[in-house]
Amino acid sequence: MTHPVPPTGTTPLARREARLAWGLLAPTLISVALVVVLPLLAIFWISFKPIALADLRPPAPVVRESLRGSDDNMRIEYRVRNSSQDKLVTGVTLTDNIPDLVTVTGDLPEVCSLNGQTLFCDVGDIEGGYNERLRIPIAAADKDAAEEVVEGSEPSVTGSGDNILTNTTFTFENFARIFDGDEFWEVLWVTLFYTVVGTIGALVVGLFAAMLLNKSFRGQGILRGLYLFPYVAPVIAVAFSWLILFDPFSGSANALLVQMGVAPSAINFFGERPLALIMVTVFEIWRYFPLSFLFILARMQSIDTDMYEAADMDGASPFQKFWYLSLPQLLGILSVLFLLRFIWTFNKFDDIFLLTGGNAGTRTLTVNVYEQAFAISNIGAGAAVAVVIFCCLLLFSVFFFKFMSQEEGL
Amino acid sequence: MSALRFGYITGPVIGALWCFIIATTVAVTMSFATGDPYRPSLLLSLLLGALAGGATLYGRMPVLGAGVAMTLLGLVGFGPMISGENAGFLGQLIGHAAVGGFTMLGLHVMLEECELGSLTRHEFEEAVIRFLTGFGYIFFTAIVLIPFYVMVMTSLKNQSELLQNPLDFSLDLSKGWDLLRSYTELFADFNFGIYLGNSFLISVITVFITLAFSIPGAYAVARLRFKGRAAFSRSILLIYMVPMIVLALPIYIAFSMTGLRNSIIGIVLIYPVTTIPVALYMLQGYFRGLPGEVEEAGLMDGLSRLQVIWKITLPLSLPAMASVSLYVFMIAWNEFLLAFMLLDDPSKFTLTRGIASLNSSEIPRQHLMAGAVIATVPIMVLFLGLERFMTKGLTAGSVKG
Repeated sequence: MTHPVPPTGTTPLARREARLAWGLLAPTLISVALVVVLPLLAIFWISFKPIALADLRPPAPVVRESLRGSDDNMRIEYRVRNSSQDKLVTGVTLTDNIPDLVTVTGDLPEVCSLNGQTLFCDVGDIEGGYNERLRIPIAAADKDAAEEVVEGSEPSVTGSGDNILTNTTFTFENFARIFDGDEFWEVLWVTLFYTVVGTIGALVVGLFAAMLLNKSFRGQGILRGLYLFPYVAPVIAVAFSWLILFDPFSGSANALLVQMGVAPSAINFFGERPLALIMVTVFEIWRYFPLSFLFILARMQSIDTDMYEAADMDGASPFQKFWYLSLPQLLGILSVLFLLRFIWTFNKFDDIFLLTGGNAGTRTLTVNVYEQAFAISNIGAGAAVAVVIFCCLLLFSVFFFKFMSQEEGL
Repeated sequence: MSALRFGYITGPVIGALWCFIIATTVAVTMSFATGDPYRPSLLLSLLLGALAGGATLYGRMPVLGAGVAMTLLGLVGFGPMISGENAGFLGQLIGHAAVGGFTMLGLHVMLEECELGSLTRHEFEEAVIRFLTGFGYIFFTAIVLIPFYVMVMTSLKNQSELLQNPLDFSLDLSKGWDLLRSYTELFADFNFGIYLGNSFLISVITVFITLAFSIPGAYAVARLRFKGRAAFSRSILLIYMVPMIVLALPIYIAFSMTGLRNSIIGIVLIYPVTTIPVALYMLQGYFRGLPGEVEEAGLMDGLSRLQVIWKITLPLSLPAMASVSLYVFMIAWNEFLLAFMLLDDPSKFTLTRGIASLNSSEIPRQHLMAGAVIATVPIMVLFLGLERFMTKGLTAGSVKG
């Protein structure tokens, strides 16, 4: 008598299930690959390229066709122009159909040949900023009709410019440029200050808010909703509100401070050097404390109350209960929140960009990407900064995964 | 610490601090409400507060007496809060009464269990915690409300009024509908109707695409067994670690080359991908919590997997889908960076992009704030109406910031 044994290896049923699973995941995987993975690879490629904003459009030949002259001195004129001012376009050719209404009379330019009604010209190379004129002498009975058909048919031009994005010119200049000088270290220091202080600040303030609301009373729901406002509102709306509130000329905050005798005259909160950095960090704390507040509150409400009752019996004071009971229970969620917020604050762009535009000593790495790529129009350098950011993030992710496996939260 | 633990020290210290906090709060509130000059007096508020804190320990009558005394002192100019001469009498009365009343009410509650002599650790800490709680409510409510208050009020005033007295937010109600002038101008002259429509359209499409992609994916990760499932469910969140600005640069280049830049289609192609990972993560957590037996029963009765998802799993997870949809809608509605970089044509602006275009010195700032209000109100209405779902969604999704 044989004992039944479970099948080994993958059974057809399991294989079918796996196939279905990958099928269901396929749309997500493909879209993520296209929009996340591909751009990431691209950014590495671009960071080694000497490319500016203007180079995004590769040089190409542009043609304009017109009918010139009259009577027996009529000609079709093609003007082939290089779209770029300084880059070469090679192998330019022009093809066009000569309409039936006109007949080619005189000699063709050397580079052109006529095959039936098809005109083909091999123009060759055009230097940057130059153009080439081709004149085809023709005869036609009715000039206006001829003009209409001649200019109605679009000539086609081919020719390849050297596309800086796809050629094999590489340079380390981008990295040399961004690491060069004190600027990079200042940017790094600003980023670290903003990230560390912003993250810890948001956590501490969030913890405080969570403790306030961790009891049931009338209006608790309203207050909880209210405290989430800064997070839920669009960043652009709250950032501009802050700008107007702290405006040095007509801001209410300044008027208030002066009226109360705290400040002798108006303070330029977002325009002075150490103050601007502090203000954007405070904004970050203000905007994101609701998030930590929400998570900590959720965790607090799931802590068993038995423990507190036991502590009450033992005569523990409120601070002791917080320090020895609540805090150890919250340590898990706090560390997870710290890691997540740390990375997201590090990645933050909108807030600083809207508040100061990276001026007055508030340029973080992310703002620097924008600054390099669009303000200085050096896409390559911007990409190089992005690569630096990405490398930092890889480093953080290693930590993140190490902790995530321990903290089963989230 | 133990030196502090005597009623005749704890009471006055807490009294002094609390009185100063209340005086400052009332002064700020009155200034914002009336535009008249009010300010707290550091010295007087500490002194009077300390006296009041001491008096509280003697019972109920002194509390009442101290409150009335504080109000009267304020009115003659020696209270914790000092009001300017040109402030209206009614305002002064309300302000000083509020200072006296709230100070004494707070102190009464805080020092309820305290006595004159030495306090137990429990009594002392209880008083401190009540003080901190009171301070916390005032502090958080103030920091959250003030920017929004300024936003709404600025949008209802005009530039010259604001420059004259930046603190005067009082509204001239006799103007009637004219108060909303900057709103009507935004809709009439600045195409805000189109922006609102664009934002709404883009957000809704994003929600649908996100759901269509993430529901099957989440189901696969939650229920089906396949190699690499554990690794996959973890690396979903890793995508969240990639900053948008790093992706925005190549996307900008690619879109410039393919002509997708400056089109709503381009935006709709990108937005869902930024939300799919988190939606997938939220949904798979929810799917895991559903009882598997119901689905197995469905399978036994001859449904295919896809039919099980459609007929059993989805109806059971409607609350989760509401949370996810709201959350995705919020992300898409609030998104700024991509809209700012990819859209140049005013007819295709989203609201956030439209507001950014208002930020110039030629456009009065009440228009800017009115734009901010227009962008904030819909999301707030959604949020307050469906707060239950939203809060759940935010916690489950470990929201991207």
